[in-house]
Amino acid sequence: MSPETVAELGARLRRGETTPAELAAQARGALRSVEDLHPVLRYTDALTERQAASAARILAESPERAGPLCGIPFAYKDVLCVEGVETSAGSRILQGFIPPYTGTALQRLLDAGAVPIAVTNCDEFAMGSSNENSAYGPVGNPWDPSRVPGGSSGGSAAVVAAGAVPFSLGTDTGGSIRQPASFCGVAGFKPTYGRVSRYGLIAFASSLDQIGPFTRSVEDAAHVFTAMAGHDPRDSTTSPLPVEPVATQVARGVAGMRLGVPREYMAEGLEPGVRSAVQEAFAQLEKLGATLVEVSLPSTEAALSTYYIIAPAECSANLARMDGVRFGLHVDRRSLTDTYLETRGQGFGPEVKRRIMLGTYALSSGYYDAYYRQAQKVRTLIAEEFDRAFESVDALVCPTSPIVAFPKGDKSDPLSMYLCDVLTIPVNLAGLPGISIPCGLSQGLPVGLQVIGPRLGDAQVLRVAHAYEAATTWHAQMPPPSSPPATGTPS
Amino acid sequence: MTLARDQVTHVAMLARLGLSDEEVERYRQQLDAILSHVDRLQQVDTSKVTETAQIGGLVNAWREDERGECLPVEKALANAPKRRHDHFEVGAIQE
Repeated sequence: MSPETVAELGARLRRGETTPAELAAQARGALRSVEDLHPVLRYTDALTERQAASAARILAESPERAGPLCGIPFAYKDVLCVEGVETSAGSRILQGFIPPYTGTALQRLLDAGAVPIAVTNCDEFAMGSSNENSAYGPVGNPWDPSRVPGGSSGGSAAVVAAGAVPFSLGTDTGGSIRQPASFCGVAGFKPTYGRVSRYGLIAFASSLDQIGPFTRSVEDAAHVFTAMAGHDPRDSTTSPLPVEPVATQVARGVAGMRLGVPREYMAEGLEPGVRSAVQEAFAQLEKLGATLVEVSLPSTEAALSTYYIIAPAECSANLARMDGVRFGLHVDRRSLTDTYLETRGQGFGPEVKRRIMLGTYALSSGYYDAYYRQAQKVRTLIAEEFDRAFESVDALVCPTSPIVAFPKGDKSDPLSMYLCDVLTIPVNLAGLPGISIPCGLSQGLPVGLQVIGPRLGDAQVLRVAHAYEAATTWHAQMPPPSSPPATGTPS
Repeated sequence: MTLARDQVTHVAMLARLGLSDEEVERYRQQLDAILSHVDRLQQVDTSKVTETAQIGGLVNAWREDERGECLPVEKALANAPKRRHDHFEVGAIQE
């Protein structure tokens, strides 16, 4: 039987059938039982206990104040800062870093009474598509431990897929929520850029990064999104527009909606099992009353190149702060320059160095116009093509990834790894909301259906995903029993 | 394109990354392959396109110039590898 959702656990908490402390202890035990997959870097013990006690107080003394997340256990990616709990960004350079403050998204979840249990493994500084770039070792996919869970939020996807926690937080810069959700068979939602504050998120590429949830249901994704979303004076890129009430909109169904299928996203390169699963999903959406039409996004092919200029350029600037002076690793040398060189040379792993080099090159004198400025212009074209598509359709539907979870070590060439992100990257470049939900199996491994909406159309995306989920059972599928036992949140 | 070794060492110095000789050669080959791939960007006609400045369409975010909360000194220094009194300690930048 599939593990309980946020909504189901919340109902049991409000009926007094369980307590936040009991759910926390169960989640902790379930996470321990999947430790051989290595999805957890550390537990948040003291904070867990404090939050569980405070949620219990709210439930007992003022239940009318208890929202859907009150008392619900969760895990979060090792790039989100919580005061007093180590955050290392999956990197040696930040090993032992204790944030002096809590980020906005996390604070809003804590204010809603959610109970953090663990910090999850991820690619170093969220750079990667397989979780193999973590300085603390790779994560196994619960569906097949010899395969990757996707990345960069691989640990967060794995703990929800294994049924150990009902939700987790990840971040998505080029697909780092949606792709691991697809590989692990769970829902993964990247909100519109600027909908969730990035304050307290260790920055990778600031114009692309967005925080979002992994959940077992679309309704749960709506709950977590609602708790985190909204303007934050501490992140000037957050939208000042009010957040539409998503919960009331997600269950409206897709009858009468027009959904576009981008021709370029169904081109060659799709694994046959992915293609057939997604085509069946399209047929299901038509059966539910949606009209599917083909649309074209001609600049899709240029999106990958655009991303691999813009993201490294931003990362090279953001990671300049890792200088061994104010926090993190410090390798002492006689001159300041040598201290920088050695600290950064020893502290960063290969993928992070590669991207810093690429970004520094693209921004360097003589190359700026040809690479960075040109990439920012192509980015405009990509965003405009999406805008035009959304003049005639309400949302786009397509695969999340052209392939299913691949074996660890299979993509040792960096470029072949980058090519996996071709269907998720354009969404970040255009600042759009996107979700991946399970829509079938190929070779016994999960396939993800991606739903993309117009800017600030987060509710539309959740609505399409919810309609599909309500008519199918793929979201309830669990990894096969041959994999490590999924003890699940309470049964 | 072919990236030269001294271009790689120049970029590594700009980025303040200390690399071994072996790393320089590896990154030379890998960056060369990646840059050859992204060179297809040059084929896109962008003569009539403005570059993206803010993808959410925001222009400026204003607020009153008021004093707010800030990190107390002890918290700000808590992660410092080296400190002296109430300051971060930095190595000499001039001989």
